[in-house]
This record gives sequence, C-alpha cells and structure tokens, in this order.
Amino acid sequence: MTNQIVQGILLGGYYALIACGLSFMFSVMRIINLAHGSLAVAAAYLIFVLSERAQLPLWACFIVAVAVMAVAGWLIQRLILDRSARGGQLLPILSTFGLSMVIENALFEQFGADTRSLASAIGDLSWDSWELPGGLYVGKLPVLIFVTAVVLLAGLQLMLSYTRIGRAIRATAEDPDTAGLVGIDARRVNAVAAAITLVTVTIAGMFLGMRATFEPYSGAPQLLFAFEASVIGGAGSLWGTLAGGIILGLAQTCGASLHPLGFLIAGHGVFLIILFARLMFPDLASMPARLIRRGAAA
Amino acid sequence: MSLVVSPSMVQRWTRLSRRAAAAVVIVLLGLAVLPGVLGAGAIDRLAALFVYVIMAAMWNALAGYGGLVSVGQQMFFGLGAYFTVRLAETGLDPFVAMGMASLLVAVVSYPLSLVMLRLKGGEFAIGMWVVSALTHLMVNLDGLIQGETGRSLISLNAYAPGARRDIIYWLALVAMTGLLGGLFALLRNRTGASIQAIRDNEEAAGSLGIDVTRTKRLIFVLAAFGIGVAGALWLASATTFQPKTYFSVQWTAYMIFMVLVGGIGRFEGAILGAVIFFLIETWFGALGVWYLIGLGVVALLFSLFMPLGLWGAIETRFGVSLMPVGYRLEIPPQSRKD
Amino acid sequence: MTMAIEKLTVRHGLLEAVRGLTLSVAKGETLALVGANGAGKTTLLRTLAGAHPAHGGSIVINGEDVTRLPAHQRVRRGIALVPEGRKMFASMTVAENLKLGAMAGRKGEWSIDRVVDIFPNLRKRLDHKTGHLSGGEQQATAIGRALMSNPEILLLDEVSLGLSPLIVDRVYASLDGLMKSGTTIILVEQDLARAMGVADRVICMLEGRAVLEGYAKDLTRDQVTEAYFGLHRTKAGRVPA
Repeated sequence: MTNQIVQGILLGGYYALIACGLSFMFSVMRIINLAHGSLAVAAAYLIFVLSERAQLPLWACFIVAVAVMAVAGWLIQRLILDRSARGGQLLPILSTFGLSMVIENALFEQFGADTRSLASAIGDLSWDSWELPGGLYVGKLPVLIFVTAVVLLAGLQLMLSYTRIGRAIRATAEDPDTAGLVGIDARRVNAVAAAITLVTVTIAGMFLGMRATFEPYSGAPQLLFAFEASVIGGAGSLWGTLAGGIILGLAQTCGASLHPLGFLIAGHGVFLIILFARLMFPDLASMPARLIRRGAAA
Repeated sequence: MSLVVSPSMVQRWTRLSRRAAAAVVIVLLGLAVLPGVLGAGAIDRLAALFVYVIMAAMWNALAGYGGLVSVGQQMFFGLGAYFTVRLAETGLDPFVAMGMASLLVAVVSYPLSLVMLRLKGGEFAIGMWVVSALTHLMVNLDGLIQGETGRSLISLNAYAPGARRDIIYWLALVAMTGLLGGLFALLRNRTGASIQAIRDNEEAAGSLGIDVTRTKRLIFVLAAFGIGVAGALWLASATTFQPKTYFSVQWTAYMIFMVLVGGIGRFEGAILGAVIFFLIETWFGALGVWYLIGLGVVALLFSLFMPLGLWGAIETRFGVSLMPVGYRLEIPPQSRKD
Repeated sequence: MTMAIEKLTVRHGLLEAVRGLTLSVAKGETLALVGANGAGKTTLLRTLAGAHPAHGGSIVINGEDVTRLPAHQRVRRGIALVPEGRKMFASMTVAENLKLGAMAGRKGEWSIDRVVDIFPNLRKRLDHKTGHLSGGEQQATAIGRALMSNPEILLLDEVSLGLSPLIVDRVYASLDGLMKSGTTIILVEQDLARAMGVADRVICMLEGRAVLEGYAKDLTRDQVTEAYFGLHRTKAGRVPA
C-alpha cells in the first residue's frame, strides 16, 4: 500500500509536467490546446530521432529539441492560435484539433505504428532505484521526473512573479486590451507564452519517452491526463496542477492494483467525481489552490 | 438613426426555398427506389453517406446551434452499436434492437447532460472526451464483449444478404430523413428561435427569458440520439462490434471536418459537408494516412480562413438559403437613415 | 504642434460615434472635451490611443501618421490613455501596475518614486493588490501607470467618475503640476465647471461633432451649456486654431 502511494505521488510529477503547459496556455490565452498531447509526442520523436539516428548525446538532443519546439510554439501562436482566437471561443478548439490530427498522422506516416522509447538513451537510469527502509524501492527516474516538475513549476512561478515578461504575461492574461494601452504587445507576449509552453511540453515529452513507450497516437491519452490533472488542480493554478497530478497518479496506481483496466478507469473516474463534486459544491473549486496558498503562508 | 422594418419584409420561405423543398421531396422519393436499380456496392456506399449526413447534422446541431463543441460524440456512436449488440443478444430482432438501442442512448444522455452542460468551451469539449474514454473502458469490461475481442450481430443472419442490405439502406434513409426533418421542425418552431438566439448571443438570450440550459439539454439529447442511430446503422452494415473501432475519436474528427467544411451553424452546411466528405473518402480514402493528414490540414485551414464553411461563404456571397430555419431580414436601402 | 486630427470618423457598428472631426492640439496645452453622454468623447480618446479603430481620417503625431498603429506602438510614440473605469490589473500590486506602465521603454523622468511624490497616499500601498484599493487610490494608480510610460500626450477619460468630490479635488490638485510641466493633456470631464477651470481650451462635442471650440477664458458657461445640449449650434466661440 505504502509502495503504491509513493509510486502514485511520483507518477503525479509526470502529470504535473504535462499538465502545467496546458494550464499555463489556458490561463494566458484562454485556449485549451487540443494538440497539446500530440506536440509532446512529437517532441519525444524529435529527441528519439536525434538520439538514435544522429547519435547525439541526450543533453544535446534535449537542447536542440527545446529550441525547435519553442520556435514551433511561437509559430503555432502566430499562424494558428492568434488568428482562430479572434473568431470566438469555439474556433481554437477546432483548429487545434485539426492540428493534432495533422501531427499524429504525419508522425504515423514517418515512423509507422511501432512503439518507441528513449530508455536506451538513458541506460541504467530507466530501471535503477533506491531502497528505502521498509523494503520500499523508489525508481531514480520517477524521482528525477518529480523533482523536475517541482523545479519547473517553481521556475514558472518565479518567472511570472518577478520578471518583466512575467508581469507582461500576467497583465495580458488578465486584460489583453488594457495591456495594449499600457504599451504591451499582446501578440508578442502570447507568442512568448506559447514558446514557453512548448518548452514544458518538450520536457514532458522527453520524460514520456524515458519512462514508457510511445507511438504516433499516444498524444490523445497524454492530453486527457494533462487536462484531468489541470482541472482537478483548479484550471490556471500552477501549483494546483501538481496537486491534481498527484491525485490522478494516486487514483491510477490504486486502480491498477485492482484490475488491468483499473489504471485508466480509476483515473477518469476520480476526475469525473471531483468535477461533479465541484459543480455541486462550487466552494470546492478553489480548494486545492487555497490549501496550497495556506500551506505556503504557514 | 432608426431602422424601420415592416412585418412584410420578414421572410422565411423565399421562392427559391419553396422550390428547394419540392426538390428535396423528389430526391428522397428517387433515393427510396434506388435499391431496385443500383448494385450492392453502391447501395452500401449510399447507406454510409446517409450515416455521415446524420452525424454531421447532429454534431452541427450541438456545435453550430448549441455552441457546444464536443470531442466525445464517438461515445454515443459506440453506445448505439454496443446497446444494439446487447439487446440483440436477448433474442430481439436486430433491427428492433437498433431502434431500442438508439432510444437507450438518448435516455443515458439525459443525466449526462445535467452534469456536462455545466462545463464551458474547451472544458466541455475535452470533458466529453474523458467520459467517452471511460464509457469505452466500461464496455470493455462487459463479459459479452471481452475487452477488445468484440462481438458480432449474429442474429442478422436471419435475413438474406440482399434483403439485409436493402433494409439497412431504407432504414438509413428513413433515419436521415426523420432526423433532419425533426431538426428542421425543431429549429423552425419557438424552440428554434431560442436556439438561434443562443447561437448568436448566449448572454442576451438568457436575459430575454429564454431557458438556455433547457434548450441546450434538448439539443444535447437529440444529438446523442441521432449519433446513437448512426452507430447502430453502422454496426448493422459492418456486423461486427469492436469497441476500439466504434469509440474512436476519429468519428468525431470526421464530424468536425464535415461541419467545418460545410458550414457550422448552417442547416444546409452539414449536408453539404457530409457529401464532400463522402466524395473525398471515395476518391482519396485509399491513400491511407495521407488522406487523414489531408483531412486535418483542410479542417485547420477552414477553421482559420473560412470559419463559416462553404455554405456560409455561399450564403454571404449570394444571400441564398434553401432551408429557411432562420428569419431573413430584408432591409431596403432607402429605409437606412444616417 | 503635437497632434493633428484630420476628418476623423469612428464607427460602432452602424453608428457613427465620431463624424469627420478635425482638431489640432498644441504642445503643452490642456484640452477638455465636454458633452453629453454618447457625444463621442470616450470613443475619440480611445481611438486616439488605438483602443478602437478609426474608420476614416487620420491622426498625426509629431509629423508621423499613427492612424493604423496598434495601441502598444502608440504608447511607444508617447500617447498614454487613462481609461474610463481605471482598468486596473486587479490581481497585481500597485508597484507591478506601475512597472507595467514602463514596458513600452520610452526614456524619461518618470519613476515609481516620482509617481509616489505626486500621489503620496500610494506610498504605503505599493505592495497591495490594486483590486483591494479605494476608488481614489485606483485612479491615482491608473494615472501613475500612464505616466510611467513618459507620455508626451496624456489622455484622461473621466478621472472623476465614481469618486467623491473631495477625492476628485485631490486628484486634480495632483495633476496641476503635471499640466504646468509641459505635458499635453486631453481630458474628458462630465463636470463642466471643473473642465473649464483646469483646461486651456474646451471643445464641446454633440453627436460625434465638435460644435463649440474655444479658449476656456473666452467662453461663458451659458455658451458651453447651450452647445452641450445642442440648443443652438453656435459658432460664436470658435476661434482660429
């Protein structure tokens, strides 16, 4: 039992990683990017290609991928999101869905249906673990992922709180028209935010490839997990996504011990129960965020 | 400035639309006798077209009129097929089972609407997807289906292949006509005015005393029912139910494509989009993955550059409306004052 | 001359809110726009700031046509609007709101310290979220935020709206030094007496047009009131610009 809880919490770190970009983009642009999962998978393929075919060391693959994906984020904002967001709230859903269809099928065209993994690029790390007192084994990779999630969330939070671009992003998120009136170029800020989002997506995609296998259509479940984690945590709250990810991870690991399909069923189930409870009792909506704020204040 | 509109200027049935109505009747009668004329392959394909029209019209009702973009409509498609298999297993005639399964889908969708309609925009879109994924998993748990092994609609064997094909064709035709007719009637009565008001401006509609939630719930259940019908019909012609195939998000992708290309929120648009999709599938479906990439690119381009779709463009360019579900205001130039 | 507006037309849908307005504003002057609700004053200010597109005509600042520039680029060229309703970034602190004002990167003498000098009651509020401030403090922050961009032309839209007379007195007292310091100011003000008191020049708008224009010292209260309600479309007060 303790083992499952520990594994569940660590798994939550991965979900927080994949969810924070979705949540971040939503809070800045009010867009839920349906291509989010496919982009993470595309990033995993990019690292895979650089590592397997170009034989680059992993850190170099990662840096190249981050740069490429950041540029892709900028372009996606400029060419797609900016334009479709002007057409109302519904169009971005449709255009990002179209984008995900293109990405998934293009990946399939290029790489076929074989499942891939980045495990070979990290050697022992993929299965090494620490033994804790009480016969508990904790994988080094899950811990690395969890720590990365915390560092990334903290970094994003610091960036938003204390930097010039962070203030501009918050102002644009709150009121893009007034942001323009104080001299902020909202389009540029959104493009920067999209680029930052895709950096987080690249990190998530890399860990996806390290901890599991992926194939061209793996994006859809990643999108659902990211969405679930961010909604459970209270959409738009960065630390909330960590709480949401952990809740989702715990539900999945507990479900998996009951039934082979329990992993997914329990995850979706917990999401829907929390969603339902929140709709019935609106006060709960801000609970995770409030708890964390209180925790931080104490 | 003032704008004076005398009642006589508000028109629904233009001469063009009356002619279109007559043409619709003739086309339907013509379609009804086709099984005596065409070969088996063509009849199968046309039945598929009717299913596409149903799906496009239903997704359009939800998104174009209800303002509810769902990425989880494959749930109702899968449930329509699953319930049919389940009911037919009890010894029910497969075609009766199809009808009852569709009604069951509508019944199931009602409580779902109570929860899901509280979500907005993208949250509704993906929330529906999550429910669909969960439904898929639940169906996998059914011992009869045995995970992804699936189950065939064996009782269809009671019908000779030729007769079976014709019955499915006619059922699809009747279902399409009935659902489109029902949607048309719904959009033209008082509820229709509310639906259009909600489509144009949800907040304003609410302040006019329109029960927005009730109206949306009606559309949600209708769309679920229609897509359930589509799933049951698809099962009848494919005979085998495999959860992965029926609960695939691909179906929603097709619906989105048809409606975006045809014209979202346009009654004629969904039909046009389904016909275009059908033709593209017929001509390019064999290209496999490139065909899917193409669909995605076209959907993306339409959402960016022609968000009202082909019919929307035709309407703005020529002012044509064949299916008068909206009210057309004719403003003579001299009554515009500055 | 700092700003020249030529035959400016602005539409809200079918309605023409500003109709062929021509106006020039000299460097350092304070211009008050008065007129009834719906006369087009706020729309005019928002169009000058780039928050609303112009339908026809031109806006030229220091010889450069800015009619088609987006709002943020106009801020870089020295136009700053204090919008009606103050439009605070409510989840951010006063200091953060002020820092945002400097985003455009125009060089100048304004700093948080100087803003606090003219609005001393902001000093102890710097780390407070603006959402929790009083109306007067929010207004001071809004003006300060605009000043942080070191504007050449400051547009003030109904700064007294929703504030008690005492607070309004204080806000205008703080602005007094600014007006004398050479910053060009265009303000919209409902209170006629106050508008005529602080402005060098007054323009009365009616249905999107300037129906009366003149130096404040040359105009009588009655002339303005008549123009305000459109009783006589008098040109009596018009002076060559």
